Amino acid sequence: MTQIHVTTTVNGDEVEFLADPRETLLDCLRDKLGMTGAKEGCGTGDCGACSVTVDGRLVCSCLVLGVEAEGKKIETVEGMAEGEKLHPLQRKFIEHAALQCGICTPGILVAAKALLAQNPDPTEEEARYWLAGNLCRCTGYDKIIRAVLDAAAEMREGV
Amino acid sequence: MVKVHLWSGLRRFTDGADVVEVEAKTVGEMMKALVEAHPGLDPVIKAGVSVSVDGKLIARGLHEQVSDDSEVFLLRQLKGG
Amino acid sequence: MPLDSKTTGFKYIGTRPDRPDGIDKVTGKARYGADAYASGMLHGVMVRSPHAHAKIKKIDASKALALKGVKAVVTRADFPTGLEGEDWNIQENCMAGEVALYDGHAVAAVAATSLLLAREAAKLIEVEYEVLPHVTDVDEAMKPGAPAIRAGAADYSVPEGLHPNVMRYIEYGHGDLDAGFAAADLVMENTYKTEAAHQGYIEPHACLAQLGSDGKGEMWVCTQGHWFIRRMSAAVLGIDVANLRVTPSEIGGGFGGKTTVFVEPVALALSRKAGKPVKMVMTRSEVLRATGPTSSSSIDVKMGMKKDGTMTAAKVTMRMQGGAFPMAPIDSALDCAFSCYNIPAVHHEGYDVLANRPKQAAYRAPGSPMAAFATESLVDEMCRALKLDPLKTRLKNASREGTKASFGPTFPRIGLVETLEAALAHPHYAAPLGPNQGRGVASGYWMNWGGETSVSAALGEDGSVTVSVGTPDIGGSRASMALMAAEALGIPYENVRVNVVDTGSLGVNEPTHGSRATYATGLATIEAVKQISTKLCQRAADKWGIPAEAVIWEDGCAKPSGPNAGEFPPLAIGELAAEMGGTGGPISGHFEATPSGHGGSFGTHIVDVEVDPETGYTSVLRYTVVQDAGKAIHPAYVEGQFQGGAAQGIGWALNEEYIYGADGRLQNTVFLDYRIPVASDLPMIDTVIVEVPNPGHPYGVRGVGETGITPPLPAVANAVHAAAGVRLRSLPMSPPRILAAIKAKG
Repeated sequence: MTQIHVTTTVNGDEVEFLADPRETLLDCLRDKLGMTGAKEGCGTGDCGACSVTVDGRLVCSCLVLGVEAEGKKIETVEGMAEGEKLHPLQRKFIEHAALQCGICTPGILVAAKALLAQNPDPTEEEARYWLAGNLCRCTGYDKIIRAVLDAAAEMREGV
Repeated sequence: MVKVHLWSGLRRFTDGADVVEVEAKTVGEMMKALVEAHPGLDPVIKAGVSVSVDGKLIARGLHEQVSDDSEVFLLRQLKGG
Repeated sequence: MPLDSKTTGFKYIGTRPDRPDGIDKVTGKARYGADAYASGMLHGVMVRSPHAHAKIKKIDASKALALKGVKAVVTRADFPTGLEGEDWNIQENCMAGEVALYDGHAVAAVAATSLLLAREAAKLIEVEYEVLPHVTDVDEAMKPGAPAIRAGAADYSVPEGLHPNVMRYIEYGHGDLDAGFAAADLVMENTYKTEAAHQGYIEPHACLAQLGSDGKGEMWVCTQGHWFIRRMSAAVLGIDVANLRVTPSEIGGGFGGKTTVFVEPVALALSRKAGKPVKMVMTRSEVLRATGPTSSSSIDVKMGMKKDGTMTAAKVTMRMQGGAFPMAPIDSALDCAFSCYNIPAVHHEGYDVLANRPKQAAYRAPGSPMAAFATESLVDEMCRALKLDPLKTRLKNASREGTKASFGPTFPRIGLVETLEAALAHPHYAAPLGPNQGRGVASGYWMNWGGETSVSAALGEDGSVTVSVGTPDIGGSRASMALMAAEALGIPYENVRVNVVDTGSLGVNEPTHGSRATYATGLATIEAVKQISTKLCQRAADKWGIPAEAVIWEDGCAKPSGPNAGEFPPLAIGELAAEMGGTGGPISGHFEATPSGHGGSFGTHIVDVEVDPETGYTSVLRYTVVQDAGKAIHPAYVEGQFQGGAAQGIGWALNEEYIYGADGRLQNTVFLDYRIPVASDLPMIDTVIVEVPNPGHPYGVRGVGETGITPPLPAVANAVHAAAGVRLRSLPMSPPRILAAIKAKG
């Protein structure tokens, strides 16, 4: 099948790739751009391990076609830290031991960042429902929720 | 003599005994002696067993010591997740 | 065991430092199974049986091979013949021979230059089947007339007259059962059923394999144990283990399910045939259809109890199907069934049964959760009938040091009593409940494991230490190993680097399974780094001109000690390391053993639920895990194991199940339908770490990974009974089933 040329912005950098129209954004990020931070846990939009934002909107990149990225702004886990400075969510996840195997972590971090962008002071329940699309099989979510709420508190204080 | 406790499913290979006494100083010698005394146990031991010696669970430690006053149980082979 | 034991006064043990691989894992840099690429790499895709049971009459790959870019197709004909025992089972499961044994069973595989092309080619491989009758339920599979899946394959243990699907039979016990039941004031007997649940690791199986025509190969793979993968792959392909080097990727969860092979030998076979590296990554549907879930089970339990709660006798009969292959975990299920209690007479019977389902794989405390569901539900029912407090009744009968265990041996020091006492004292147990709410408790056990272990440690020129281990880090074990090495050497945690190394770098290591890594790899790490300090003491002694016996290692320094040692200022590890090149050369330590002093871990859980009488939906309101860790090396990751085990158990209790249609096909093959708990399904999960030191580990460690999944199944069932007045003896307790039970009660 003919490949389509796509120009898009990933974590602030303009990139180009050729995509088969059947390939997902997740496939393109991983296989064409070498950005393997987003993971495929299900391929059906149920697990959230492939979460990225497209023009600020949280999506499962396994449900978006690569060609749909044309002209968009994509943000992935690779873009969360600024140089050597981790995002508060990243720091709090390590501090709270909010990851065990870590495979769901990139998606959960991207989703949690999207939550805090629109709700800087979520309740536990709001955080739980927002993250209900991100499966974690290791932690039972306890430490994840604590890390998200703690990061939110720190970000509100502007530390 | 080391007293080896067997699970009751094995009694049909040991003329009904669920405790068998054998001469052995290691788990390996004990297994060998068990099969010599009761050849019917050969497939059981070949299929894989664990041995509990004084509460310690040994899978393949044939060199582990046993003595006449050890509490020894032949147990089913176990596998963890 | 020749170890210096230490259970108090720790400097690093028990602290909560950041895990060494933390930054890699929060920035997306950590490389998992599917994150590897190789030059000229092909993509492999499996062709799977759509039938639960079918004879494979013909496989025609000509159309697939005619596609440009398709490089190889393999079927069973590409694998060696003559394998026996479990090797044959594994080979047969990786690639069906004459008969497809379950829906999703691999029958062929294709490698092509792109994943899209490989998928297209897989659809063009034509397989002609003759559909055979099938059976998927364990009780049905034992009935006369059920299709025999592998007639004549039963082992020595199966008495005559049983259905040929019964592969193994176990019977054991002790005490006078009849007298025990006669002495009871109440005897109850019920049947319980659990459905298969999947480990549900978020990372599907993935590997990148390379095998040359000379039989030499390499593989990158997500696994709990790369030596197991090496041995099994080599056996399935008929090559030498030494010729296959296996490197573990980071692993995205395993829970027992990644201790065996599924796609790995097939990827190697494709690679050999195509002469190129082949990457295979399972889809989620493949994971659910064709990797190992747990067994499903059907269990009869009978127990006798006096009015004061004293247990007098107990009997269990366990029937488990482990798919179309033997080795359902009847053994450990039976061993765990009554392990919590000191009962004078117990009897166990188990049947390992074939069904047309995928080959079961280990899942966190294999067999124990099912056994606990039956026993701990029955204990709760009996406590209700006799109006007894369920925790106090458990305490009255609890196994402790010196108890003759239900499975035979005498218990060494164990911590069940301590967990029960902590649960009784916990504010959760006394907290008020609202309408439609109920509280359940249950205990559980896992015996843990030691296993083959090999660890190396090397001293750097600046006094930092590199530890090489062979147990993949699934939940923070690098941090635990670094803490133990730091403690043993008296150097900062940050000065220890722990690497999980490939099969070419160490002797055989069993996987990270059986809750063994912190115990066994930890013990070996401590011993390996102690060899370093011993050698450093010798170097210091040489320098000072005194005997090595007159030098001790303390706080990261060699110090003269004893009356004849003389006065010398301590020599720090960094000073000694800097000059080691000139004082005798590189310094390292190495330890290998199969330690068997793993102590079992008991746990007691408390759960509050609310059952909606209109819908049958159960909300988990509050949850507390109390478990014996022996000694918590990194308490945050111990809590994580407790919480994760509880969450998986809650999912199994309330919602997760394998649903087969009348056609024998699995109906819920995606996460939308096989629904594991999500964040909004669960409350915070409180933890209480009980520490009854294990005498078999220098710092008292007991494995903690598995026990936590055992109590939730019955604890939730007991809470549902308390909340809704209905007893569910079949899992999962999904809303329709609870609603039906409520309606039936009227």
